[in-house]
Amino acid sequence: METNKSKIRQFLSRFIHNHEINDDEDIFAAGFVNSLFAMQLVMFVEQEFGITVEDNDLDLDNFRSISAIAHLIERKSVPA
Amino acid sequence: MQVGVIGAGVMGTGVAQNLVQTNHEVILIDTTTAILDQARSTIRQALRLQRMLEPKSDQPGIDDLLGRITFTTELAALSTVDFVIENAPEKWPIKEAIYREIDLICSAHCVFAANTSAISITRIASQTKRPAQVLGIHFMNPVPMKPVAEVIRGFHTSEETLGIAKKLLGAMGKEGIVVNDMPGFVSNRVLMLTINEAIYLVQDQVAPPEDIDKIFKSCFGHKMGPLETADLIGLDTILYSIDVLYESYNDSKYRPCPLLKKMVDAGLHGRKNGRGFYSYA
Repeated sequence: METNKSKIRQFLSRFIHNHEINDDEDIFAAGFVNSLFAMQLVMFVEQEFGITVEDNDLDLDNFRSISAIAHLIERKSVPA
Repeated sequence: MQVGVIGAGVMGTGVAQNLVQTNHEVILIDTTTAILDQARSTIRQALRLQRMLEPKSDQPGIDDLLGRITFTTELAALSTVDFVIENAPEKWPIKEAIYREIDLICSAHCVFAANTSAISITRIASQTKRPAQVLGIHFMNPVPMKPVAEVIRGFHTSEETLGIAKKLLGAMGKEGIVVNDMPGFVSNRVLMLTINEAIYLVQDQVAPPEDIDKIFKSCFGHKMGPLETADLIGLDTILYSIDVLYESYNDSKYRPCPLLKKMVDAGLHGRKNGRGFYSYA
């Protein structure tokens, strides 16, 4: 979980400069990135963590914060 | 209704996406499978983004929506469609060849809509034996987000054809505003002159781009200023459109601003390559 979080933080830091992002900070509400960035985030998560973000997971709430993204990855990585 | 969409660039993919989201079957055509593969991926990403922004919508799954599109390089696939929306590049020789060919392929009742911002609908219709069934639809980008399209009545376009087009647009969630066929129609004739004159303001050092745009946004309530709009459309496209207006009317009021030509020559094409009146790096 912590490794995943640091990978996500590293990816986000390429787009959000001069700001230390907290795990639970809402990156969209804070205005660091816009909703178009959400798709880049989805592709990053799929490629980096080898998971498939399905239709039902395409919800901004799953991508709002480092914690939310890490939870999604964990949920999708657990064998059904 | 089954709709044929010719051209899988920015406009064609937007039209195809809009159509499948409103329960239409689409045949999407372009010249190479590489372009079609790119189009499939573009449409998929656009559908996913929309899902992301409206997760509670009752739209079918993304794979189901994509499944409504047949991707092909063969114009012959249009033999069964009821309506064609053509989004080929704004170059006369390309359009001319397409209309001659689809006129032979498509069924007699099929309507042809040219998605163009510049080329004469009457001239396009003259390439076919069905000029009453040819009209223009000038969609705005991004197509699925824009509630209005300009509908162009060519010299021979029938009321019935306009009715069919307005009904299709209605089903796509859009209103069609019917205008007559003159170069630039309504939107581009005014917009291109406005942008061109705004570029003269920069050239003549009346005000910097930020201030010009700010005046339009804060004084007239425009969402974007003319120079931001130019960067979004692409300065090369702007120059091309103004050149077409100049050629069409032979009126010096459509002469392109020298600064615009210089910027295009210098490779400053706007947002798409990172620099125009603003920097997007």
